[in-house]
Amino acid sequence: MNIIVCVKQVIDPEAPPASFKIDAAKNRAEMHGVPPVIDPYGEYAVEAGLRVKEAGGGKITVISLGVNLLREVVKKPLAMGADELILLDDEAYAGGDSWSNAYSLAMAIKKAGAFDMILCGREASDTNAGQTGPAISEILGLPCITLARKIEVKDSQLRIERVNSSGYDVIESPLPAVVTVSNEIGQPRYPTVKGIMAAKKIEPVIWKPTDIGIEAAGTGANTQRTKLRKLFQPVYEGKCDFAAGDSPEEMAVDLAVKLRQAKVL
Amino acid sequence: MSDYEGVAVYCETKEDKILPIAAEGLGIGRKLADTLGQKLSAVIVGGNISGLAQQIISCGADKVYIVDDLQLKDYQADVYISVLEKVIKQVKPQIIIMGQTDYGRELAPRLAFRLGTAATMDCVDLAIDAESKRLLQTKPVYGGNAQAVFITETDPQVVTIRTKAMEALTPDTSRKGESVTIPADLDASVIKTKTLERVVEEVAGIKIEDAQVVVAGGRGIGSADGFKQLDELAKLLKGAVGASRPPCDNGWIPDMAQVGLTGKIIAPEIYIAVAISGSSQHMSGCSGSKTIIAINRDKEANIFRQARFGVIGDWKKVLPAFTQKLKELMAS
Repeated sequence: MNIIVCVKQVIDPEAPPASFKIDAAKNRAEMHGVPPVIDPYGEYAVEAGLRVKEAGGGKITVISLGVNLLREVVKKPLAMGADELILLDDEAYAGGDSWSNAYSLAMAIKKAGAFDMILCGREASDTNAGQTGPAISEILGLPCITLARKIEVKDSQLRIERVNSSGYDVIESPLPAVVTVSNEIGQPRYPTVKGIMAAKKIEPVIWKPTDIGIEAAGTGANTQRTKLRKLFQPVYEGKCDFAAGDSPEEMAVDLAVKLRQAKVL
Repeated sequence: MSDYEGVAVYCETKEDKILPIAAEGLGIGRKLADTLGQKLSAVIVGGNISGLAQQIISCGADKVYIVDDLQLKDYQADVYISVLEKVIKQVKPQIIIMGQTDYGRELAPRLAFRLGTAATMDCVDLAIDAESKRLLQTKPVYGGNAQAVFITETDPQVVTIRTKAMEALTPDTSRKGESVTIPADLDASVIKTKTLERVVEEVAGIKIEDAQVVVAGGRGIGSADGFKQLDELAKLLKGAVGASRPPCDNGWIPDMAQVGLTGKIIAPEIYIAVAISGSSQHMSGCSGSKTIIAINRDKEANIFRQARFGVIGDWKKVLPAFTQKLKELMAS
């Protein structure tokens, strides 16, 4: 089983909201003083891939697209147990939209050779769009199953539990297929010391656009169908009415009385 | 310019009704169509659904395109996408509005890319740019830490809207409109994936998305036992219990209770957040609540920025006293 997992380097979504800043001139966000991480939803996809590999054997190739990707960040999936890493790391990829990035990823997947399954996170924690997986499936003409919480492979058929708001759907699909993975799949494993050592020895393969059959002008900002007009932080007025009292119990009583008086409860 | 014109809303249906988010889509769609001076169409796909046309017209549509075939009774991704592709190629709307629902999440991007255009997901505001007449699409990004305004340069401009972010019109049964039936002409060769079964996981009590009061706990609750105390307050207020992601990941409460960007997006009258710090990704799921009440030890916790009432203190001490006092007040 050849498994491809697409992951993204993002600003750390778990950092305190106070460190989140927008550079208005560049229309770009950053986490002040906090290093970037592998997108948490991508880690769920890596975990899903590792479980499929454990159940039936295979190889996991991780692909990441970006500009100046930090090796210590993008190597995390290797430390978790993935086998190979391909980086689409070049200035030409900068500024792409969902379509541009998915197109480059799809061309890289084709070049990487035979594959049975392509895994992506359900969405990335920065764009919160959830379009990369569906886009790759449309570009490569493959079946697409989104929001997986359980993946089983049996007789070259996929059987997937797909999360929905009242439970889950059981979906069957032939391989190869694109699957996006939801957090309900369960906590991604931590890299082991052995895994970290092994990851150190693996050199990532780096592909520029021309390596995957795309002209430099055929990716990144040049191919945007969607343009970012503005990025801003919503403002909340701080008007919280705090309960008074000398002890937590007194404050609790004060809150109950207040809510009753305000006819909230 | 392209020959695309008008606004179309894909109206998702359940049993014999359109979903509330479809009515919300028609509400904003009507506004956009009026601004552009163009028509508002609706598209419905399903089995035995033709009767819904009048309901859709009363919610604001000028024209309803109906694909009614018993084989479309249940949602199957590949079939629905190919049916929608066909309808859209015939109708050629400039803007397509869908709901950010379980299925809208996958339908919208796949449809958009198949049509050679792009989608913007989970919009909370839509408006027409006065100059370019293109759709200004505002959506939360970075887990709700920021919002982005996007413009799609290709047609049709496909968007999904967040639940309860737009207003539905008050239905006007005297509104007149036209309905057009489009044959499904299903082609079995498009079907790759198959939904074999839909499993409903029953939750005891009131469903969190229907509850007027939600009592939710965060990482600080610390155990499944802790959630029992939240349950006691929820029962007293005839509400439901929710959670941020860590308690679900730790198995203290079922995943179904998760409120947030990757869980449920709810808008109850009252949201009581207990030991929830208020990460942006969690706030995305509850910021539409009418009144947020927060109990947290950390006075700097993000939750207090959006809370109307708050207690700074250890929930283990605050909650029992609060529940007790409330019981007394409600009894008198």
